[in-house]
Amino acid sequence: MFLRTSSRRRAAASVAAACALAVTLAGCGGTTKKDSSSDNGGDVKATDAKANPDAPLKKGLKLAFLPKQINNPYEKIVDDAGIEAAGEFGGKGKEVGPSDASASSQVSYINTLIQQRQDAILIAANDPNAVCGPLKQAMKKDIKVVAYDSDTAKECRQLFINQASSEEIGRSQVQHIAEQLDYKGEIAILSATQNATNQNTWIEFMKDELKKPKYKNMKLVKTAYGDDDDQKSFQETQGLLKAYPNLKGIISPTTVGIAAAARYISDSSYKGKVVINGLGTPNQMRKYVKDGTVEQFSLWDPKKLGYLGSYAAAALASGQITGAEGEKFKAGKLGEYTIGKDGEVILGPPTVFDKDNIDDFDF
Amino acid sequence: MSPLRGALRWDTAVGVLLVAVFVTGLGTTDGFASRDNLAFAFNDIAEVALMALPMTLLVVAGQVDLSVASMLGLSSALTGQLWDSGWAFETIVPVVLLVGVAGGLLNGWLVTKVGLPSLAVTIGTLALYRGLASVVLGSNAITDFPETYAKWAVDTTTIPGTFITYPMALFIVLAVVAAVVLHATGLGRSLFAIGAQEDAAYFAGIRVKRIKLLLFVVTGLVSAFAGVVFTLRYGSARADNGSGFEMLVIASVLLGGIDFDGGKGTLFGAVAGVLLIGILKNLLTLNDVANEVQVIVTGLLLVASVLTPRLISTVSEWRHRRAAAATPSS
Repeated sequence: MFLRTSSRRRAAASVAAACALAVTLAGCGGTTKKDSSSDNGGDVKATDAKANPDAPLKKGLKLAFLPKQINNPYEKIVDDAGIEAAGEFGGKGKEVGPSDASASSQVSYINTLIQQRQDAILIAANDPNAVCGPLKQAMKKDIKVVAYDSDTAKECRQLFINQASSEEIGRSQVQHIAEQLDYKGEIAILSATQNATNQNTWIEFMKDELKKPKYKNMKLVKTAYGDDDDQKSFQETQGLLKAYPNLKGIISPTTVGIAAAARYISDSSYKGKVVINGLGTPNQMRKYVKDGTVEQFSLWDPKKLGYLGSYAAAALASGQITGAEGEKFKAGKLGEYTIGKDGEVILGPPTVFDKDNIDDFDF
Repeated sequence: MSPLRGALRWDTAVGVLLVAVFVTGLGTTDGFASRDNLAFAFNDIAEVALMALPMTLLVVAGQVDLSVASMLGLSSALTGQLWDSGWAFETIVPVVLLVGVAGGLLNGWLVTKVGLPSLAVTIGTLALYRGLASVVLGSNAITDFPETYAKWAVDTTTIPGTFITYPMALFIVLAVVAAVVLHATGLGRSLFAIGAQEDAAYFAGIRVKRIKLLLFVVTGLVSAFAGVVFTLRYGSARADNGSGFEMLVIASVLLGGIDFDGGKGTLFGAVAGVLLIGILKNLLTLNDVANEVQVIVTGLLLVASVLTPRLISTVSEWRHRRAAAATPSS
């Protein structure tokens, strides 16, 4: 009951106190972006360990795959192939991960993998920086870190297995759809989340490619985000077609997006009028290629990506490589790979799937 | 209340369950007991735990605030944006906290002055604050926060010799404050009174609207602060930070035996609830239990937390009536 008389006064006082605090602190000058050095806990990547290219792959290595989210069908293929590859060299692989693709959800899994003393963590990062602290901790405890599919900040991992050069992926998608559209008309992009590292890089290259004079009659009208969620991607497709009646094509550089877009188009009056291209998996797209909704799409072979990642992690954990530019390692049946700038290993060019070759692939 | 019913109180049960899960973890799971892991496990729920405190007071008073996680996101986005445009971190924090107060005022104003139900209001502001967060920061992520402050939020910095991280230490202090307010002051008694029977509380002379407004303001303030902690802890300011945390906060509070209809519950229950959710998640993850199963476990616990007290009271009522029927009335 004592509040009756004093609550207003107290509320006023607390606001005043907060303001006073703000002013006082602001007056002190303080820490701004300019003063903060680039010191983020030190670079743990440059370990003093020397690479020994002739070291044999250790037996019984424990590799953990941490995808963006556990029920992402594409990453499941990558991880399964990686786990299978681990079996080839006597290692043991597993896949763990969150059920949502938010920035922070992967962090608890990294901590867990550190506690479980895995030999290597293979991660497809949801946010290049949010996972950094824990990954650095892992590397300090001599757990090797390999990013695949979606990179982390480069000081937070030893290697990044790039599915193909980002530039090649970005530009080729524009080149493909431009050929299909005879180099004219409005196009849109249906991406994953707004923050997805790889999609955003590809989109930059798509935009850059579109600046070339041969695309002068093509116009990118909108980049929509389906958040790698089937329903949201479906609705975004619908939205794009409603908002831009002259839309001639949609590029969806994500497997979830392209499948949802194709599903919408296949049952609508836009079928045969709007071209869908992008990155998809043959199993998800087979139906739409066969019924004529989609003429072609592309992707690298995710099985090879997982396979290469697994061997790269094993090579790191066995001391064959340290992640420095120019080091070479053997990736089983895929042959020899060389580490490029910033610890990048490039898998190879993407494959184009159409009705002639789609039945040769099952993933 | 009979001693038996006292022992069966749900918040006590959750406390016991928490200890049981913890001991099971120590005994069965390799790596669980390590200092690093415990520091991580507790620090990982720091923001949810912080927001669960004012939420407990709100729910006791028969209100709810679903916008907490969106306020966390807005605070995070704002922290990032202001930092990126060269503001001093010491200025950013109070400004962001004031935004939290403003958000709380808006919630409270809509509930108390306009008279809308808090559930409806805060579903609206849940979307509103998250939307504003996206406007502030767009799809960017700001990451270069100063080590001087970030080190206080991360799980690798603990109070020397313990696994208590600084966000957790802050939580402990605030939990004690909240417990004293709820259980040992007139304001606390007013909250229970409002939650039990709002009209009766009003006629008893309790300033119902003012207290509710205050609660929403405090919740906004704490959520904004949680946003700063989250940002420093992950070293990444993004508009989607903490999305979905509102459900974790409310789940913790309900799991702790706070009656969603208001008027019943203890702060101890809420604290036990939030720690149980955190420890359980850590333990299940360490044992490679799939995320889907973890969600199911949390869901079942929640249903149990709502159902069990009802069952107990139904059974005891039935016993009471039978006992009353057996003894002839005098």
